Amino acid sequence: MQPSDHRPAAQIPGGAVFPHRHLTGIDGLQPHEIAFLLDEAETWVDANRSHAAPDKRLDGLTQINAFFENSTRTLLSFEIAGKRLGADVVNMHAAQSSVKKGETLIDTAQTLNAMRADVIVIRHMASGAVRLIADRVDCPVLNAGDGRHEHPTQALLDALTIRRRKGSIAGQRVVICGDVLHSRVARSNILALTALAAEVRVCAPSTLMPAAIERMGLTPFTDFDAALVGADVVMMLRVQNERMAGGYIPSSREYRLRYGLTPERLAKLPDALVMHPGPMNRGVEIDSSVADGPQSAITEQVEMGVAVRMACLDVLTRRARGVEGWA
Amino acid sequence: MTTIAFVNAQIACPVAGVKPGGLLVRDGVIAAAGTFEVPGDAATIDCGGKTLAPGIVDLGVFGIDRAAFRAGGIVRVALMPDGNPVLDDPGIVQRAALIGKPDLWIHPIAAATRGLAGEDMAEMAICASAGAKAVGTGRHWIADSGVMRRVLAYARDLDIAVVAHAEDGGLTGGAVATDGETATRLGLPSAPAAAEALAVARDLMLAEDTGARLHIRQATTAAAFDLIRAAKRRGVRVTCGITPAHLHLSDIAMSDFRTYAHLSPPLRSESDRQAARGAVADGTIDVLASGHDPHGPEKKRLPFTDSAAGMAGAETLLPLGLMLVRDGVLPLARLLAMLAANPARVLGLETGTLEAGKPADLMLFDADTPWQIDGSAFASEGNTPFDGLPVQGRVLRVWKAGREV
Repeated sequence: MQPSDHRPAAQIPGGAVFPHRHLTGIDGLQPHEIAFLLDEAETWVDANRSHAAPDKRLDGLTQINAFFENSTRTLLSFEIAGKRLGADVVNMHAAQSSVKKGETLIDTAQTLNAMRADVIVIRHMASGAVRLIADRVDCPVLNAGDGRHEHPTQALLDALTIRRRKGSIAGQRVVICGDVLHSRVARSNILALTALAAEVRVCAPSTLMPAAIERMGLTPFTDFDAALVGADVVMMLRVQNERMAGGYIPSSREYRLRYGLTPERLAKLPDALVMHPGPMNRGVEIDSSVADGPQSAITEQVEMGVAVRMACLDVLTRRARGVEGWA
Repeated sequence: MTTIAFVNAQIACPVAGVKPGGLLVRDGVIAAAGTFEVPGDAATIDCGGKTLAPGIVDLGVFGIDRAAFRAGGIVRVALMPDGNPVLDDPGIVQRAALIGKPDLWIHPIAAATRGLAGEDMAEMAICASAGAKAVGTGRHWIADSGVMRRVLAYARDLDIAVVAHAEDGGLTGGAVATDGETATRLGLPSAPAAAEALAVARDLMLAEDTGARLHIRQATTAAAFDLIRAAKRRGVRVTCGITPAHLHLSDIAMSDFRTYAHLSPPLRSESDRQAARGAVADGTIDVLASGHDPHGPEKKRLPFTDSAAGMAGAETLLPLGLMLVRDGVLPLARLLAMLAANPARVLGLETGTLEAGKPADLMLFDADTPWQIDGSAFASEGNTPFDGLPVQGRVLRVWKAGREV
């Protein structure tokens, strides 16, 4: 376990360790607060690997996973995280909900609130939707991805993976490559990694690069090989198939040629860590031999995901559970 | 025969300037301004030293909101064609032109194309005879340059202005913000600011080519101002407008997904905002309008991308304009030209000044009254991005053709 470089707020006179009611994004979190969540998650990694008696600290609490956008992996990860902690987990899929019947998001939020959930996990296709709900419910809200805006638990699990594999995040040269324009994973990772003093590079064709991205404290590249020079971590983003039909990229094979993480490209980076938030387009943005190779941390990312989400569920419900020092 | 003598006022006329004096009104028409002998039969109104100015002609509103217009000193509005139903039929145009009278005169902007679809020309001449004072493209541009050229050429024959929305729809499709740091951080679909200049450039070329009168309802970017400035110098018959939002706010106002700052065109960068103030100062921008577009929470309390664009602007138009006067951007008489005389000229209306012979459409305001904008206190919907802003200047009384509203 790596101790964080940042001093937790608890050690700062008058500070609270994690004063936020919700986790709607990495934006707004102090570096020591991010580090605190990573430290907490670290303990759950160990607990999940051991066969010790389970810690059911969320016993009796109700966790609602409200997913307005389809998801398999993130939903499963949040469900397992909640159940490991003993919470009663209920999943709400938009396909089964009244959202399809034209109910507004605010009404849905009020309905969820009236169910007296103890924590709500939300994924929505619109940027800012999670904040909108969070402002109108009494319990903590966790953002599981909102539009192109943020996906904070993904950034936390990525940071945890890097910290465990590389020892520290500060000073690491992290290359994020892919559909940065449409990616909430990229935005949250940029915020988290720059906050933790990594050197972030993003790489994408100009058609998939957001405007003024350099204002987020990073260096943009359009040439993948130039971006990869000296990289410690290579984080590949999924490129949606519909974007490769000519709208943003001429074809998937042209994309692989210019931006695919191939064994040839990785051969120049023998110590680099390979990451991908999944699901992967094997043979497009990442080759199978790279994804399954010794430098890949992709399955470890999934493992860290459960630990990070357990930590977030635990920390955000501490006030309601009356944990000492959190009242 | 009724005669009203307004005395003890600051008479603020876009043509004659601002000076202390009075105004004589006979049968709803201005008879004299400045100093005059008060006739014995005149009803006298003591203005208490406040400012008497032409009532505002608001070029381009999306909703009819009488109380808000009254509070804002607005006596005439040019109604955008985007209603439900679309103003593309003479009967609908005529009805719209009549429903406000006598207190509020509504001048419909008829749809230039049927259903605003941008394909077939609407019956512009019949709509004009039914009361339309201009034709317009509505909330969007006409994508087909051939159609736009024919609209301009045909409107030229009728000598009515074409009110155009200047955004290249191919670039702005799906976008709710301008490319920049704010949109990128919020993860909002955005379009480059050049989308406006592209549309302005095309429409200027076509207006120059056809000799038509073109009014770009909102110009908001430095590149667009440069094009319009140069076109005016060449003698192209172009005018343009803006709303206070693009003069006082930049895209940072959208932070925290504030949907009240979701406007069309979207808020721009700070450098474009500064360019807009410069374009007001040098006279490139002719018209200051409210863009009044009231939306309730059901349209605004949504995720930013799902929310409706637009703000309720009628009640804050004058104080936000006076802020420009106080900032030294332009003198009061020029502000009143932008609020009344210039929009009247675009619409071909004989009003907007305090010259003798003009209808007595008047507002009396106190330019110094301090107040705080409070959307919840608005006459109808309070969707304003200026909520909480302290401003100065409040309309006290309003007259339409010499009749107090």
